[in-house]
Amino acid sequence: MSNCITATAPEPVFLEPWHAQVFAVTVALNEAGRFDWPDWADRFSNTLKRNGLNKELDGGDDYFHAWLETLEALLAEQGDAGQDEVTLLQGAWEKAYLTTPHGKPVRLP
Amino acid sequence: MPHDHSDHPHALLPPEPALRVKALETILTRKGLIDPAALDEIIDTYQNKIGPQNGARVVAKAWSDPAFKAALLEDATPVVAELGYYGRQGEHMVVVENTPEQHNMVVCTLCSCYPWPLLGIPPGWYKSDAYRARAVREPRRVLAEFGVTLAEDTAVRVWDSTAEIRYLVLPMRPEGTEGLGEEDLAALVTRDSMIGTGLPKEAS
Repeated sequence: MSNCITATAPEPVFLEPWHAQVFAVTVALNEAGRFDWPDWADRFSNTLKRNGLNKELDGGDDYFHAWLETLEALLAEQGDAGQDEVTLLQGAWEKAYLTTPHGKPVRLP
Repeated sequence: MPHDHSDHPHALLPPEPALRVKALETILTRKGLIDPAALDEIIDTYQNKIGPQNGARVVAKAWSDPAFKAALLEDATPVVAELGYYGRQGEHMVVVENTPEQHNMVVCTLCSCYPWPLLGIPPGWYKSDAYRARAVREPRRVLAEFGVTLAEDTAVRVWDSTAEIRYLVLPMRPEGTEGLGEEDLAALVTRDSMIGTGLPKEAS
């Protein structure tokens, strides 16, 4: 099917690597029983609804921004990852990228 | 592309949300709540194993087996589960059949309405506000943009998928496919034909 000459290039499932990562983290937490899927879907729908009030959502980046926002709020609420902790680690990762020579694997110290 | 230079002093900084995701991953991994190796497996599964090829098999079977089709239209969820397509967002499936009298099209902008086990992760346009709004308002024009022109007397019905009911369109079997087996038939079934924004490929 994919080598049919009339077929257009398949759209990638995830447009950005972080879309795939945040998706996978969410599915992994669901598999580990940290929350059930209908609850997740409900929260995510509410974020989309809220975000869609002010602008027209594009279904791509907007969608995964809303996804990340929902996951952060849920994890903060459950005490699994507080906002301060996330900000701290985010800064640590940023520093790691900016101080790792190009081409070397980026790791936290 | 200044970042392609090998003499660039540091690693390319990912966008801000990517750093937030990395922060979450680190925290959750340190707490033992997720396993980084499992993440790669999940991504691989959704990129390569769960996708519209699953729905296509269901459609091809419905075209080939009248009893299966009748059961599918009656109550799709257990029927597709029996083929191994179940799990996250695979519940509450309803299959709507295209006929010469009626073409079906599915819309939804919220997240939980797309049948992942059968179609995989929805494309960006399906999740956009524009698609839903326009499909409801001017379905024939949206169809035309997808390259689908229907007969004048074919009605278009737009179904609003939700977490309570997730729709899958059963397209009409293309003409000239009488001799084809299920596998060849499945190759004609596109993702868009199961959303209703496309038609199956013609038999070559």
